[in-house]
Amino acid sequence: MLTVSGLHLWRGDRHVLRGVSFTAGPGQCVLLTGKNGAGKTTLLRAIAGLLDPEEGQVSWRDAPARRSRDVFHAELAYLGHEPPLKGDLSARENLKYSIGIRRGVTREEIDGALTRTGATDFSDRSVRMLSAGQRRRVALAGVLLTGAVLWLLDEPTTNLDADGQRLVADLIDEQVSHGGIVVAAVHHAMTLDAGNVVNLELGST
Amino acid sequence: MKASAVAVARLVVARDLRLAFRKPSQLLQPLLFFMIVATLFPLTLTPELSRLRDAAPGVLWIGALLSSLLALEFLFRDDAQDGTLEQFALSGQSLTWMLFAKTCTHWLLSGLPLALSAPVAALALGVPAEAMGSMVASLALGGFALSLLGAISAGLTLGARRGGVLLSLLTLPLSVPVLVFGADATQRAIAGAAIAPPMYMLGALAVLGVTLAPLAAAAAVRIGLE
Repeated sequence: MLTVSGLHLWRGDRHVLRGVSFTAGPGQCVLLTGKNGAGKTTLLRAIAGLLDPEEGQVSWRDAPARRSRDVFHAELAYLGHEPPLKGDLSARENLKYSIGIRRGVTREEIDGALTRTGATDFSDRSVRMLSAGQRRRVALAGVLLTGAVLWLLDEPTTNLDADGQRLVADLIDEQVSHGGIVVAAVHHAMTLDAGNVVNLELGST
Repeated sequence: MKASAVAVARLVVARDLRLAFRKPSQLLQPLLFFMIVATLFPLTLTPELSRLRDAAPGVLWIGALLSSLLALEFLFRDDAQDGTLEQFALSGQSLTWMLFAKTCTHWLLSGLPLALSAPVAALALGVPAEAMGSMVASLALGGFALSLLGAISAGLTLGARRGGVLLSLLTLPLSVPVLVFGADATQRAIAGAAIAPPMYMLGALAVLGVTLAPLAAAAAVRIGLE
């Protein structure tokens, strides 16, 4: 269970998050919407622990996430605006190193994730040579490989074609149907089959 | 199953080594800078080997310090820009440990090659062959301490726009003890005296660095990621 209670966060003199609160349980997806600058990315980063809110708290499994940060992070996958990939490594190498530091990962698992996200054809090519959409697919494979319960996705469909956008929706549906939790910042409405979807508009709290 | 600390360190080192050898220019720049600085001195100072020998410890150590500053700029910068450091911080593993592994790799790729290539520059400065081994050892140990100290500055300057200048301003004062004991060790090696006392001090600085620098660097990186 993820509980966000009364988050207030300033960036410089801007009061970006004004008492944001919500709860997300197993099998639930929270879609964050709002205008540019409404604080979607800020909220995701605050939940992840990359930003310190001035007030409020993020709790994971009924305990403050900050208190048991490593345990919380082990169950968390965060995908930001830019896919965290090294341009000089291939997609496969990137996943081997980035997932390997979290857990032991086999070549078969990496192949499976790359196949699932439609990234097999270019998995041995240097990431520098890939399009933005292809990089996003590799990064999504990384999210799958973490095996994390909680996904924090910042505009996961950015740069993806229609197929890719459907893929993201399917991946979220799968994660939710397996009892996972997804919090995603989205610009456009997303059609999800999962029943338990909560829309949270920022900038209106 | 969560990866062990050893596996994590192995992967961080392997990744950084692979990246470094795919971008050899970043590896070679500090080394070339050191060689050029050290070999320019005989051209501008004096051709007399006895006088060059007196200046050699200072020239070698200042050259090593400046070239280590060049290399330090790359320690965390690329990883911060492409989101790798964020993934480190969110991996559920110890950020301190991963940054320590990165700093050790940085030394392997910059400090150690510099120490091993120093005899070439030292020859131009009239350093006797008998002193080479001790000089290399002092530069290797001192270089490790410099990498650890530099990791703190590199972490602190992550969010800064003109990080390179700030990095130098932060690192240079911290480096004074390493410079003093390192140059002393080289001076003693050239004079044929025992180098143990300054080497013990360099060792102590390296141990202090191992103990504190990764913790400070991790704290600085967390702030830099905000």
